[in-house]
Amino acid sequence: MTINTLSQDGVQRQQMSCLTKMERMVISMQDPDMGIKLRNQRLLITVIPHAMTGADIVEWLIKKCSISDEEALHIGQIFVKYGYIYPLKEPRNLILKVDDSPYRFQMPYYWMSTRWPASELDYAIYLAKKNIRKQGELIEYEKECYNALHKRINHTWDFVVMQAREQLRASKQRRKADRIVLKCQEQAYWLVNRPPPGTLDSIDHGPERRTMNTRVQLNAEFYKKEIEHNRISLARNRVKSSICLESYVKYCEQYQPHDPIMQGCLPSIPWITDDIMFWNMNCETVAVPTKLRVERWSFSFMELLNDPMGRKEFLTYLKKEFSAENLCFWQACEDVRHGETSKIPEKVDEVYKQFLTPGASRWVNIDSKTMEKTLEGLKRPHRFVLDDAQMHIYFLMKKDSYPRYLKSDLYKNLFARAIVPQETKKSVFPFMRRQRHSSPSPALATQAAEDDGKAKNSNSFKSNSGTASRR
Amino acid sequence: MCDQTFLAITFGPCDNCSQNKPLMNIYLKNEPINYCSLCVELMACQGLAKGETIHTLKTESETLKAKLEEERAKLHDVELHQVAEKIEALGQFVMKTRRTLKGHGNKVLCMDWCRDKRRIVSSSQDGKVIVWDAYTTNKEHAVTMPCTWVMACAYAPSGCAVACGGLDNKCSVYPLSLDKNENLAAKKKSVAMHTNYLSSCSFTNSDMQILTSSGDGTCALWDVESGQLLQSFHGHSADVLSLNLAPSETGNTFVSGGCDKKANVWDMRSGQNVQSFETHESDINCVKYYPSGDAFATGSDDATCRLYDLRADREVAIYSKESIIFGASSVDFSLSGRLLFAGYNDYTINVWDVLKGTRVAILFGHENRVSSVRVSPDGTAFCSGSWDSTLRVSVRFRFSGESDLRNILYSMVLLFTGIRDYRW
Repeated sequence: MTINTLSQDGVQRQQMSCLTKMERMVISMQDPDMGIKLRNQRLLITVIPHAMTGADIVEWLIKKCSISDEEALHIGQIFVKYGYIYPLKEPRNLILKVDDSPYRFQMPYYWMSTRWPASELDYAIYLAKKNIRKQGELIEYEKECYNALHKRINHTWDFVVMQAREQLRASKQRRKADRIVLKCQEQAYWLVNRPPPGTLDSIDHGPERRTMNTRVQLNAEFYKKEIEHNRISLARNRVKSSICLESYVKYCEQYQPHDPIMQGCLPSIPWITDDIMFWNMNCETVAVPTKLRVERWSFSFMELLNDPMGRKEFLTYLKKEFSAENLCFWQACEDVRHGETSKIPEKVDEVYKQFLTPGASRWVNIDSKTMEKTLEGLKRPHRFVLDDAQMHIYFLMKKDSYPRYLKSDLYKNLFARAIVPQETKKSVFPFMRRQRHSSPSPALATQAAEDDGKAKNSNSFKSNSGTASRR
Repeated sequence: MCDQTFLAITFGPCDNCSQNKPLMNIYLKNEPINYCSLCVELMACQGLAKGETIHTLKTESETLKAKLEEERAKLHDVELHQVAEKIEALGQFVMKTRRTLKGHGNKVLCMDWCRDKRRIVSSSQDGKVIVWDAYTTNKEHAVTMPCTWVMACAYAPSGCAVACGGLDNKCSVYPLSLDKNENLAAKKKSVAMHTNYLSSCSFTNSDMQILTSSGDGTCALWDVESGQLLQSFHGHSADVLSLNLAPSETGNTFVSGGCDKKANVWDMRSGQNVQSFETHESDINCVKYYPSGDAFATGSDDATCRLYDLRADREVAIYSKESIIFGASSVDFSLSGRLLFAGYNDYTINVWDVLKGTRVAILFGHENRVSSVRVSPDGTAFCSGSWDSTLRVSVRFRFSGESDLRNILYSMVLLFTGIRDYRW
């Protein structure tokens, strides 16, 4: 498949909104009252009218958008890179300098949105003009381009040369200042559209993106589906904004102490201090967890289940309550849902034997309606056949066992035993980088476990290398 | 059929079956007609019969859309920043780059974190996919894909495999072997097949299933082992550029965004489009769920990022600034959801306060477009991949609470060394 980056339709569409915004800003920059003050700038011996300094541009941007110097400089740079403003002193160097170097606005004729993509013919005429003027002394890459074009559009070469001569003749009849200005404008345009090798190509885009009407057939079928979808959406239950938005505030507040970017973490952020204690203290198999970690289990049932340590603790608790089979069943269902397609029938069969058969060793208590539905579905087992039963057990645990676990001694004792790590001792010379130790690749760890697991005979459902926790 | 609700304005004899029923007012060939719902269904089932045109269907769809927006607006009683007024404002953030990963010869298009919180997989334009230990900056694995523009890559939850794809229209899974002599490409598994470029891929909760989105306008769920298509999702009318799985309890939905300016929420089991949002003015480049799963953020070519709430069923916040002209290519939330990191096509990364809607930091440093921004799984750092062929892992630099001399000295030195890293 070829990438057609010069496709008029595709790329113009992608860039258009940015270009329109930039142009709007450029126009407001040139506003006689609120815009940048233009003066005459002296370039060697000639005086160029309507020019401004780099510092002016940056200052105006700072005032207009209420931003910092760095950002204003950055935005100014973009304008220069895209050819809306060009430098007069060092025309080949398209950068913005925050001093009194003179700059000028590019004519709308040469704007990206109007004259894009730049045509080969125009480029050929430009190079021909330059060639004639400089009597063959073109810059290396321009010479290469010139020769390449000569070969490619040889059939129109007479026209090219004739146009070049005409344009040069016409320009000789202008005032010197105008001539210089026009030359600079044209040169700036071509620097943007045919960047010299090694410089950044500002109009480089990704692969072509087609828009509507070309990928999906917008036929009756499509619209009917849309109508159906919209009708269902109309009937949906909605929640008041105030309630929804309050929940974000609560969530952010609750999780803020756990967010290292917001509040840092103890002992320290490994990326800053080169100390990986934070990761070691929070790994799966640590003996004593941190207080923050144990606290997080109380935020929601999902948090508890997502943490392998939390899950283990919960299982211990359930064993005491003689309802451990619920969690095992839930885990087995997860395994079916996310496991290999080929193993589904045998896994579902196992689940049935262990959990659903009346009189099974680990029978789970599901209501009769769900049980009937599930047993019916087991005749033709598929990935989601255990979904209803799993959901039932999940909510059972969530509403009943989970709140009791949080109030239990097991949890409270663990929380009391949990540690608050000491902040990493700061060395006096932090710029002496500590040794950054590598860690074993997860691929290695699981490979070893797999080899282990193959040796053992597992008759209960352990999470295999396929499924993994979300933490 | 009869469980559909519609607005009945009149009750009377149907033009078609002459029975007395609630009537729907529809137009055929610009003439209003009154059919009962049953007759309307019958007519619709006959396809474009009886003077129906695509135009009439389109108009009907648009009218419904407008009504939908009206309904959505009715329950919108307060703005997010108003609710957030009572919260303390965040101060200025100082972000420093702590690691720069160099090794790609060409534009970095995509990256993903491993669940071990330190490893990263990244893919680039020249077809190279590299697995790094970002903490030590060592390269651990490298694969060369047979195609260019590898726009999608993902790390498997177990850390044992990576998935990637791009202009080859496929998604391939490479198991990561630790045998230095083994050629990773040998064990490659071709999983997904689309009819156009692969824009994004993601493993579901296990290594066994992959969700992909493509330039052919569809998303699809695949079984890794057999390469079988488990479910396909149709509803976008243009290229789908990004997708993200919901962190919900039931783990059954995901959101996708595309060039048709729509963000769609899908049910993975049935393949149905559950909710749809269309308020952006240009292509949606990236979608990401809020950590609680109740909302998602989008980054688009119209230079804005927006937050959509699933329960309120509407857009609830816009993150934009006059000085931001270029599109956002990638977004991600911090762990608590308070911050939104967005990478833009003007080479910067802007960090937004999600609740207040203001910008808290802007990062320079990349020398070309930022193509991908991801926060690490434990929220300690964020990584940005750019077209300047580097990846940078950056952190928030905070001055410690205590103000004794040692701490001040320490912080100052760290700041300066940070600057050294950052410029590199």
